[in-house]
Amino acid sequence: MEKLTERQNSNESSLSSSVPSVVSPSCEDVIPDLNFTTVRKWKDQHPGAKAIGYFPVYAPLEIIHACGMLPVGLNGAGDQLDIQYADARFGSFICSIVKTTLEMGMTKHLTPFDGLLFSTICDSARNLAFVFKRNFPEQYVDFLHLPHNPSSEASVDFLMSEYARLQENLEQLGGTKLTDAALNESIELYNENRRLTRRLYDERDGNPQLMRTSELYALIRAGNFLPVEEHTKLLKQAVDELPTRAGKQRDSIRVVIEGSFCEQPPVDLIKIMEEAGCYIVDDDFVLGPRWFTKDVSVNGNPMRALADAYSNASVYSSMPHDWRNPRHKQLIEKARRRKADAVILLIAKFCEPAYFDYVLFKQELEKEGIPHLLMEFEEKMFTFERLRTEIETFVESLLFD
Amino acid sequence: MTTQTEYRSQLHHRQKELMVKWYERLNEAAETGEPPTVSMMISGNCVELLEGFSAVPIYPEVNALQLAIRHQSLEPILLAEELGYAADNCAYVKADIGAYLRGITPTGGKLPKPTLVLCNFVGCNTYLKWFEHVAEFTGAPLYTLDVPFMRYDEPTHADIEYVVKQLKELIKRLEDLTGRKFDYDRFKEAVRCSSEVENLWSRIKHLAKHSPSPFDAYFDAITLMGPLYVYRAKPEGVEFFEIALKELQEKVLNERDDGEREQFRVVIEGPPPYPHFRTFRDMFAKWNATAVASTYSTVGGLWEFGARHDPSTPFESVARHMLEHNVTNRNYLQRYDQIKKYVEDWNADGVIIHFVKSCRLFSAGQGDMRDYFTKTLGIPTLYIESDLEDPRYFSEAQLKNRIDAYFEALEHQKLSHRGIEERRN
Repeated sequence: MEKLTERQNSNESSLSSSVPSVVSPSCEDVIPDLNFTTVRKWKDQHPGAKAIGYFPVYAPLEIIHACGMLPVGLNGAGDQLDIQYADARFGSFICSIVKTTLEMGMTKHLTPFDGLLFSTICDSARNLAFVFKRNFPEQYVDFLHLPHNPSSEASVDFLMSEYARLQENLEQLGGTKLTDAALNESIELYNENRRLTRRLYDERDGNPQLMRTSELYALIRAGNFLPVEEHTKLLKQAVDELPTRAGKQRDSIRVVIEGSFCEQPPVDLIKIMEEAGCYIVDDDFVLGPRWFTKDVSVNGNPMRALADAYSNASVYSSMPHDWRNPRHKQLIEKARRRKADAVILLIAKFCEPAYFDYVLFKQELEKEGIPHLLMEFEEKMFTFERLRTEIETFVESLLFD
Repeated sequence: MTTQTEYRSQLHHRQKELMVKWYERLNEAAETGEPPTVSMMISGNCVELLEGFSAVPIYPEVNALQLAIRHQSLEPILLAEELGYAADNCAYVKADIGAYLRGITPTGGKLPKPTLVLCNFVGCNTYLKWFEHVAEFTGAPLYTLDVPFMRYDEPTHADIEYVVKQLKELIKRLEDLTGRKFDYDRFKEAVRCSSEVENLWSRIKHLAKHSPSPFDAYFDAITLMGPLYVYRAKPEGVEFFEIALKELQEKVLNERDDGEREQFRVVIEGPPPYPHFRTFRDMFAKWNATAVASTYSTVGGLWEFGARHDPSTPFESVARHMLEHNVTNRNYLQRYDQIKKYVEDWNADGVIIHFVKSCRLFSAGQGDMRDYFTKTLGIPTLYIESDLEDPRYFSEAQLKNRIDAYFEALEHQKLSHRGIEERRN
């Protein structure tokens, strides 16, 4: 095989950093901003309007948006915050994002938020919701039970009631009533956003040399902080820009990344994986904002449409439990569809759902003869030498096999 | 000074008999295919419904803890880790899966392939994964009965309706799988038995308000918990708890408070370290400390505050049990309240928080719990760490030092209080 060739420098321009926007600086700058400047600006521009922070993963953004509020995805604090208080509250063997989220609260970084929303993602995050309630009694903190039995017809009805409960609480907080028309409008906006995201994912799959995952990642993750209307513009510009790009194929392996649906790996780690010779052709980074495999219906009862989409058209991850189509089967389907050479299981340290899923993923990947590598990260890590060696060795073993 | 607490009586013999009988039934199922068996989670289980099919429950947690208490858990844990389970996965799961794959059982008998793997998910996310894995490895069908977590103090109408609908789906599923028709009358009778057992168990719990308490509501309660899970909905369960209550009541009557046997009254939060059960217990026995209440003994059900199954509304009452009357589906702040009530109403000197590495449901956030009890309420609270199943996470010297230091401080506090009282008089 040829030696690895470097990407042409002329094609290194970022997908979005040059795009001017009302509120957004470049996407990579937004991600580590613990002051939530974009949220503060939005609130300045919309006096009296509320911002709701949500913990990963699946939050009904449309409902928050349709109540006139700004949903903001919380993604921990990366390496930006020293943990001073949260360790004493959460002790050993607990993942970083649970601790950094609490630390942000205790160091007053979450003051731009009028409410915090949690859901049934794991035991640690659920307990975190109630620790927040005790430590911030003035704050509106809500917990959504997202159903785990999609095979039951009752689960859609139950989820509708859960969404209705959230709606009622938000209406009380914001003082405005949510209408079906507004909710349908919000669903349309998010459908468009998700459609563009899916499009970019497909484009990257087709021509990975034209788009680095580190760029796409920053662009998608910025959506956690920006109003959906703004973010959709950025996605559109990125799609429009693609045909003007040129990039030379390089010797790389096609890789699917699995396991980073909640706590997010540092951007530098993604860059290292790419430098080591990975074309990342699919991933589950920042799963939250693109949680449906298809458009949510806007014909009919919008609450039912949202609940039905969660139960029957969720993008799979370690969080929903749907034995009708187990996630280890879906991972294989994904790897086949993307013609992946390998799967990298990129798991946050102490992430118990991902640890468990690894066992069946591994078993299934081995059965199917798909090479795989397990890598553990922490959002707060800043040296990557060991992981760099691991990934380089893995890529070389496949390239020069 | 006492270093070991020990008593053997009729209830212990009967407990042993009942548990052996249960394992024999499971062995029979493994060999003949009858009776039908259902894998379930202990907490928030719906064993009453199984009675409607004359089906027998399998509790993977009981299997796992039996292995640990018999010092047999490490081998299956290591096997599971070879398969890919992480060092930081729940060791109950690892021991259970490893034991299944290696054919190890607590009694040496056989365990059947379950007719149905029923994931009665109550607050324990790990269970969702565990039962998927059980289904995958055994090839048995899986039904996940989704129980909404207690976001508020009371379940909503929608919560109850959702669980009841699923219970009815479950009946249909079991009818298909067993070829048996659901016996509603037997189900109702089972709910009645449960309410009686709950009443007896609650009365036993309240006996610990006596000083000295006739039993340890953490270490001894565990002896009573096996029959509670397996036989709650059966006449044998009622009979067992009648014996237990009577025996403990007699103990209250016959024992005079000499102030020696019970020097300290504590509330214990979190599961015990089963692989080192005796060693751990003796660390408390050394100080003549008795647990007068514990959260772990409410995993099967929380009845000491009045809740019961109700045969007049059997489905709804099973749903309510699953939703709100077990510690694991209740939210963290409800647990704080539960412990606070124990301290106040059972007249405890302090709280012991036992963090177990395996169980994030119990342990994630226990530092905040400590903060609440020490700083907000001013209750002497000890925080210690080990594991419920993995023998490798148990630092005996460190635990002993911390427990000794805690009781020394409590003793000092008691003595100085007594001194102040005496000077006043």
